[in-house]
This record gives sequence, structure tokens and C-alpha cells, in this order.
Amino acid sequence: MSKMKAGPLSLRLSAIAYLAFMLFIPLAAVLQDGLRSGFSSFANSLFNPAAWHALKLTVWTAVVMALINAVMGTLTAYVMVRYAFPGRAWLNSLIDLPFAIPTLVTGVMLVILYGPQQVLGGWLKNHWGWEIIFAPAGIILALLFVTFPLVVRTVEPLLMEIDEDQEEAARALGASSWTTFWRVLFPAILPGILTGTLLTFSRALGEFGSVVVVAGNIPFKSQTAAVYVWGELESQNRQGASAMSVLLVALSFLMILLVDWFEKRRGKTRVRS
Amino acid sequence: MSGRKKSTRYYLLALVLGYIAVLILLPIGALIANTFAKGGMTFLKVLCRQDVLHAFVLTFSLSAVAVVLNAVFGVVIAWVLVRHQFPGRNLLNALVDLPFAVSPVVAGYMLILLFGRTGWFYPLLQATGLKVVFSLPGMAIATTFVSLPFVIREVMPVLQEIGLEEDQAAYTLGANGWQTFWRVTFPGIRWGLLYGVTLTFARALGEFGALFVVSGAVSGETETATLFVFRAMDERLYQEAYAVSLTLAAVSFFVLLAMEALRKRIHEEA
Repeated sequence: MSKMKAGPLSLRLSAIAYLAFMLFIPLAAVLQDGLRSGFSSFANSLFNPAAWHALKLTVWTAVVMALINAVMGTLTAYVMVRYAFPGRAWLNSLIDLPFAIPTLVTGVMLVILYGPQQVLGGWLKNHWGWEIIFAPAGIILALLFVTFPLVVRTVEPLLMEIDEDQEEAARALGASSWTTFWRVLFPAILPGILTGTLLTFSRALGEFGSVVVVAGNIPFKSQTAAVYVWGELESQNRQGASAMSVLLVALSFLMILLVDWFEKRRGKTRVRS
Repeated sequence: MSGRKKSTRYYLLALVLGYIAVLILLPIGALIANTFAKGGMTFLKVLCRQDVLHAFVLTFSLSAVAVVLNAVFGVVIAWVLVRHQFPGRNLLNALVDLPFAVSPVVAGYMLILLFGRTGWFYPLLQATGLKVVFSLPGMAIATTFVSLPFVIREVMPVLQEIGLEEDQAAYTLGANGWQTFWRVTFPGIRWGLLYGVTLTFARALGEFGALFVVSGAVSGETETATLFVFRAMDERLYQEAYAVSLTLAAVSFFVLLAMEALRKRIHEEA
């Protein structure tokens, strides 16, 4: 009986073999190459000024973007769940669009819109002194576009679970809508906001297609960590590429485990993305 | 409903709609306007270029390989993760998501480290005469890697919901494991599988970073649609870049519509 329940052992072996070949062996190859000449040369490669600048830029743009996305994603989810308005179903499909559009195309679209020779980009630059393309602002815009659905889609199911009665009760007891939000709604959806924001952040750390078009490959200005890896590969500096790759892989690992731990604590299975 | 509350409602709605309009619709509108700025003929001419046609054929072929591999193994992996008990299962379950988190550039670089001149598998490749890096097999592996988790993540919850009763009933009635899978399990997971396949396809179509690193991007040979867009932007062939970008975005849009229809279907069945 137990044989039937689970299927033969060969099934498990082929599953593990596929994951090993596709996932674990390639990851091991990067780790081995990055740490090949010892930890100190690994650290040296990361503290090289260009690498360090790229890392700092990647982290701060990702943090700023994740915070904006947390707020706007939560508000969007709230509007989608609680408000009825014409075109809501249409808007609901629109929210997933950034997942479907290739990120490189996202980059191209932003360059068309905000490039210094374009109408809007030129106006922003000449009247306000705002540079977007080849600057951190462009990176943040690209990341916001690419990750927009993540927070919305993790918060939505939690909002749907909440009884509107609780909110009604709070209001009936004299709480303002602001108090109701902070005391009743916010605690209930906070785990979703945090999971969504973590996913957003983790996605942003490795983003390449949109960022390389929008920000280019300008060391000390707009070069992010993923673009740095590519730059090092182009200039045949394998040590630099491997060291940064190891760090990026380690960060992704950490993020994955954090999200997993978080969801286990919530006792929920992963929401559909 | 008090007047104040109603106005909060409108402000909030306006804020969200405005945000989506500026963040998502405005860039898409700019792409459409610029693609057709020189007329529809220019657009069509670009799509009929030999290298553009080749790029699209390659993109669809690589996506097809990724879909087939990830559909077959995705179902097997989902099955094993849901139905088997073994040490390390929870960790494996978490690690399956790694391709979503690992940077595509790093994904491409991993393949160079494995199959390149100094790679672990290079002796094996030399013995068999196969080429992986800077050629199609490497690009197929890269595309498969970045889209690996989708089918697993869509099929797992469905398998969990189905449970074992029906399978066991079929088995008790004398069906073997293979028959049970095709006649009982598969009809249960088919919409989830199809949804996963759609996501896999959409992701594979748009892959850029991993292919960029692993392909060498030789025009007319290893250049996919996204790689063409990047080269065209670099060489200031803007009309060409816009036309191919818009086509990719349009295909993605139709994939999205298919996804929405599927999602409704899944909800109806649930």
C-alpha cells in the first residue's frame, strides 16, 4: 500500500537528479569558484571600491523601492478588495502585467519615456534637474515596475479573510477610520506585507534586464551588483565575477529561507504568485 | 456613510489609479506611440527582417524546451514533495524557489563555470563533442533554470487538495500506479499544470540576463528576441528595438489573458 501512495523510489530519484543537475551542481560550482582562492581574496574582491559601490547602490535602491512598494502595494490590495468601481476586473488583470512583460522591455519603455532626449525626460531634466536614466531614480522606477504585483498579491488573500464585521464593530464603538485601520486591519495583514516586501527586496537584488538598460554599466554611478558581475565577465575578471556571484547567491539563499520560515510561522501555504 | 469617509475613499482610489497609470500605463503607452511614430509599415518591415524572424523562432524554441522539461519534471518534483516523506524534504521545498531569487546573470555564469573551458563537465563535453556554452544547449538549460519553479508551485497545492482518497480507490479497484496517475491524478491537476506551463512560457519568452551571459549573442545564430532588442538599443537601431519590444510585450499580454481565463476556470472547478 505504501508503495502505491508514494509511487516508486525511482520517482524520487529522478526528482532529486533533476534538481541536482539544474540547481545544486551549478550553485556549487559558483560557490567553489568564488571561494577557491580562500576567504581573504573573496573579501578583497568585494571590498574593491567599484564592487563595494555597486553593492551599496544595489542595497539602498532595493530598500527604498521595497518600502514604496510595501505602501503602494498594500493600498492597491485594499482598494481592489474593498472598493467596487467600474473597471475593477480590468485593473485586476493589469496588476499582473509586470510579471508577464520581459524585464528588458520594461527597461526599454522607461528609456523611451525618461531618456534625456525624450519629451518627459528632457522636461524633468531641464526644469527640475532630475536625472532618471543612468541614475538611481531610474533603477528604483524599473524595480518598482518589475515587482509591483508581489505585495498586492500577498496582501490580497489576507484582506479577503478579515471579517468586515470587526471593522464595523470598531467603528460602531467610535473608532475613526484611521484608528480602525491601524488597530484592526493592519495587524492582520502585516505578515502579508512583510512577506511581500521580502520577496520584492530579494527579487530586486538580482534584477538585471531592466536595470542594465535603464542604468547602464557606469562604475561608481549606476552600476548595480548584477551588472557588476556582467562587467567583470566582459573584462575577463573571473575572480571579481565569482566573488560577487557568491554573495548574491548567499543573499538569495538567506531571503528564501527567511520567507519560508516566515510563512511556516504563519502556518500558511505559499500564495499563488 | 459620512461625507468625510467618502472623500477618503475617492482620494485613495485616485492615488492607486494614478500610481498604476504613471508606473505601468505611461511607459507602455510611450512604447506603443514610439513604435508607430514612423507608421505601421516600418513596424511590419522590422518584423520581417531575417535576423528578427530568426530571433523569434529561437525564442519560441527555447521556451518550448523549457516548458516540456519543466512540465514533466515539475509534476514529478511536486508529486515527490507532496507525497513522499524523506529527510530534508522541507529544505528541498524551500530551495526549489532559488531560481526566482538568484540573479539571471549569475544563473548564466554558473553554466559557464560548469561547461566552459575550465568547468567541471568540460572533459565530458570534449569526450562527446558536445558544445554547451555559447550555443543552443546552454541557452536551453539557462531558460529552463530561470523558469523551473512555476509548474512545481502551481501543481503542489492542487495535489495537496486532492488528497489520496481517489487514488486509493482506483488502486483498490485494481488500477496500477501508471493508470491511476493518468486516469485519476492527472485530470485533477491539469488546470494547475496548464497555469504553471503558461507562467513558465511567459517567463521563458522574456529571459534575458542568463541568455546574455551564456549565449555569446551571435546575430542570426544564438540571438533571441530579447538579445536582439539589447543589441538594437546598443547600435541605436531604435525603431527595430521598439518594434521587437512591443511584439514581445503583446505576446506577454495575450499570455496574461490566457492566465486570467485559466484562473477563472480553476476557481470554478475548486
